[in-house]
Amino acid sequence: MAISLNINGKDISIDADPQMPLLWAIREKAGLNGTKFGCGIAQCGACMVIVDGAAVRSCNTPVASAVGKAIRTIEGISENNDHPVQVAWQELTVPQCGYCQSGQIMSAVALLERTPNPSDTEIDKSMAGNICRCGTYPRIRAAIHQAAEASKD
Amino acid sequence: MKFTRRNFLKVSATAAGGLVIGFHMPSKAQAEGLASSTEINAWLSIDADNIVSIATPQTEMGQGAFTAVPMMVAEELDVPWENVRHVFADANRHVNNGDLYTTTMTGGSMTVSRRHPYIMQAGASARERLRQAAATRWNVSLDQVVAKQGMLSAGDKQGTYGEFAADAAAVTLEEEPKIKPYGDWWLLGTDVKRLDVALKTNGTAVFPIDVEVPGMVYAAVAACPVPEGKLVSFDFDAIKDMPGVIQAVELKQTKDTPSFTDLRSAVAVVAESWYQAKNALSAMPIVWDFGRGASISYESQTAEALSLLAGTGTVLRDEEGNPGKGIDKGVNQDDVPGLLEAATKLVVGEVYSRPFEAHATMMPPAAVADVKEDRVDIWTFTQDIGRSLHEVADQLGRDTANVHLHQTYLGGGFGGGFNMDVHRQAAAISAAIGKPVKVIRSREEDIAGDSQRPPVWGTYKAALGEDGLPTALMTHFVGEEKMPNFARSSVANMPYLVPNLRHELSIIQNHVPIGYHRAPGANSNGFIIEQMVDELAQAGDWDPLEWRLKLTEGNEPWQRVLLAMKEKSGWTTDMGKGEGMGLAVVESHGTVAGCVATVSVSRRGQIYVDRLQYFLNSGYVINPLNAIEQAESSAIWELSHAMFGGLDLRDGRFVNTNFDSYPMLRMPDTPPVIEVELVNSEDQWWGGLGEPAGPPTPPAIANAIFYATGTRVRTTPFTKAAL
Ligand code: FES
Ligand code: FES
Repeated sequence: MAISLNINGKDISIDADPQMPLLWAIREKAGLNGTKFGCGIAQCGACMVIVDGAAVRSCNTPVASAVGKAIRTIEGISENNDHPVQVAWQELTVPQCGYCQSGQIMSAVALLERTPNPSDTEIDKSMAGNICRCGTYPRIRAAIHQAAEASKD
Repeated sequence: MKFTRRNFLKVSATAAGGLVIGFHMPSKAQAEGLASSTEINAWLSIDADNIVSIATPQTEMGQGAFTAVPMMVAEELDVPWENVRHVFADANRHVNNGDLYTTTMTGGSMTVSRRHPYIMQAGASARERLRQAAATRWNVSLDQVVAKQGMLSAGDKQGTYGEFAADAAAVTLEEEPKIKPYGDWWLLGTDVKRLDVALKTNGTAVFPIDVEVPGMVYAAVAACPVPEGKLVSFDFDAIKDMPGVIQAVELKQTKDTPSFTDLRSAVAVVAESWYQAKNALSAMPIVWDFGRGASISYESQTAEALSLLAGTGTVLRDEEGNPGKGIDKGVNQDDVPGLLEAATKLVVGEVYSRPFEAHATMMPPAAVADVKEDRVDIWTFTQDIGRSLHEVADQLGRDTANVHLHQTYLGGGFGGGFNMDVHRQAAAISAAIGKPVKVIRSREEDIAGDSQRPPVWGTYKAALGEDGLPTALMTHFVGEEKMPNFARSSVANMPYLVPNLRHELSIIQNHVPIGYHRAPGANSNGFIIEQMVDELAQAGDWDPLEWRLKLTEGNEPWQRVLLAMKEKSGWTTDMGKGEGMGLAVVESHGTVAGCVATVSVSRRGQIYVDRLQYFLNSGYVINPLNAIEQAESSAIWELSHAMFGGLDLRDGRFVNTNFDSYPMLRMPDTPPVIEVELVNSEDQWWGGLGEPAGPPTPPAIANAIFYATGTRVRTTPFTKAAL
């Protein structure tokens, strides 16, 4: 059936089963491939997007439940790869294989929008839903602090 | 007793240049980005703006190959680093021109350590041809022409490399230049940020799962949940009316006993969306013949291993089959049982073990295939694109000239990208349905069917002398039947100078496919050997760091690491109750890696890893920043397995196949402090850096736990240990 979504500020209409996970609607229907599939059971965070300001795992969110809400994906956080989180990620060379990083960045963006100056404990808690098999956690921690600093000025 | 020189020293002998590279084979298939560029040789092309594009035949999986290869070329070519771009090498061109890039294999931490001679040669050769081209055009002698930072000059004449690229492409050199020795480098040895970082912060890096081809459909696949098992039948009628479902395809096993890259017996469901394909596949009744594996479990394998350890294993001999010659395989092996029997002080070790582990890369295996009558296109990763191309051509009965395998980024390799048949599955399905198809493995399918890191069990016996040091030592390890040699690396070549040394190996039955897994062998065996060392030191009343220093005397690479640990780590075995410091040193890939772990253990037995310090000696290092990033990464890799890992095999199948039941280290469990120091013996050899910091991590933590609690943890994951 026809479903209307608002992704990165744009209204789009897709033809999908309402139970289809938002992840596959974003990837296969909206053609935005930055959001990744990692586990399909809300365990790894590779599929993290921001829905109405909150970090959400799109792999177990039915597309129908996102109707009427503002969905943001990695493609929507900046035009030029220069969101403070992206800049900090680049400066501290966070990504290795890179596969988990869209999800990590979306979790970090949601955290900083809610808590502009997070402590290590707050970072650990907010980022606990994102697995990185390449072990970039120490750099992610540092990059979130750096992005928080940069956003102050 | 005569000690053979260490293997890695032999590698440096090949560092001097003089290799001939396959030059200038222009190709229509050249990447589009290079179209306006002039190719000087297969490795590099230069455009009018003096931008140099450098092709990388190795896979980029986060380890930095796409930066290391360009750095090695740029070092010799002598171009400003900001002018360097990287491109994927063309696998078709490689395969059809006599292995143009020598090899596309990526692993063993070898991209720099083993391949630098010919990669640097490609840059040096191009530079010399540019100089020759300038000399000819300016009508000056060759020695007057200077090539530096992308500019050619001779007296008052000057021009960019770009202006001479076309002329250079036509030059044939009389003699290939030698590559620069260590000490003459301007770029290698400096901190360089990896070139693929920015495209991994905005979601634009393309992984196989992201490839789209017009008209493409999606496939979910299921192989037998019991490895080696085969498909008997499936009932497509039961699911054919489910939404989006198109077809089911049987994937026939290519060989009776498939090696790890052969196509295995499986079935695929094809649908309009991957989600629909996956749902329909889960609902489809499938009958499997489980085969011999159904009666094997981790428990039965453990019982078999323990009974073998109670007996005698096969004695590992050196290459000539002689007992007792050289330190590589043992010393005076046949004397050891008698010496142990007669010992006045005998130390009998308990059994140590490590379980199966999956690669569980964050990117589930995926591939896209478009099989047409006259042309095949495959988009995949793998850690050897050339070999994968051959496999597809062979499977489909096509000429390699018509098979195009497009490399993408790899969302984590760790060895898992070698033993992969997902590109074969995609090719088979596309051929069967006559459409382009994207195959994605579910996480459960990925973990259940992965080529696993094998389990290992090991123990030891030692006789101690008056001075408390071992006079005779026997180890006995149990490996599995598919790749038993993993049970001997870092054991048979451990560096400790024991005058009488014997290593035995036994082998258990195993139906599970086995593969390379970041620092294979060393990762599990180091855990056993390095705790054994602590037990021996303790039994002989030696400080474990002093014991290691004493028993590696004269071994400069090890001494350098151990002395750095002694001077800089704040080493102590006495931290007060509930806290402990432990150390371990494991050599792999020509790099000696030491880890000092500081832990605290709560009264309820909760383990906190407070600090991990690493000291690495890899000889040369071309990019210290990336070396440190890789050390952090491999440290956390093994930390994850030490704390949380372990696959469980029951009735022949793995039962924990997603992150809920096979947990991974997450941010809250990551130690607040991970420090890496490079303590290189700079002028001696090239060690690899993608893996070696992993192996010493679990034993260092286990040793620290011992000093904190008095309890030895002899297996992983530690979270299951009773403390
Ligand atoms: S794919 Fe959604 S949490 Fe893993
Ligand atoms: S960067 Fe590879 S999984 Fe996180």
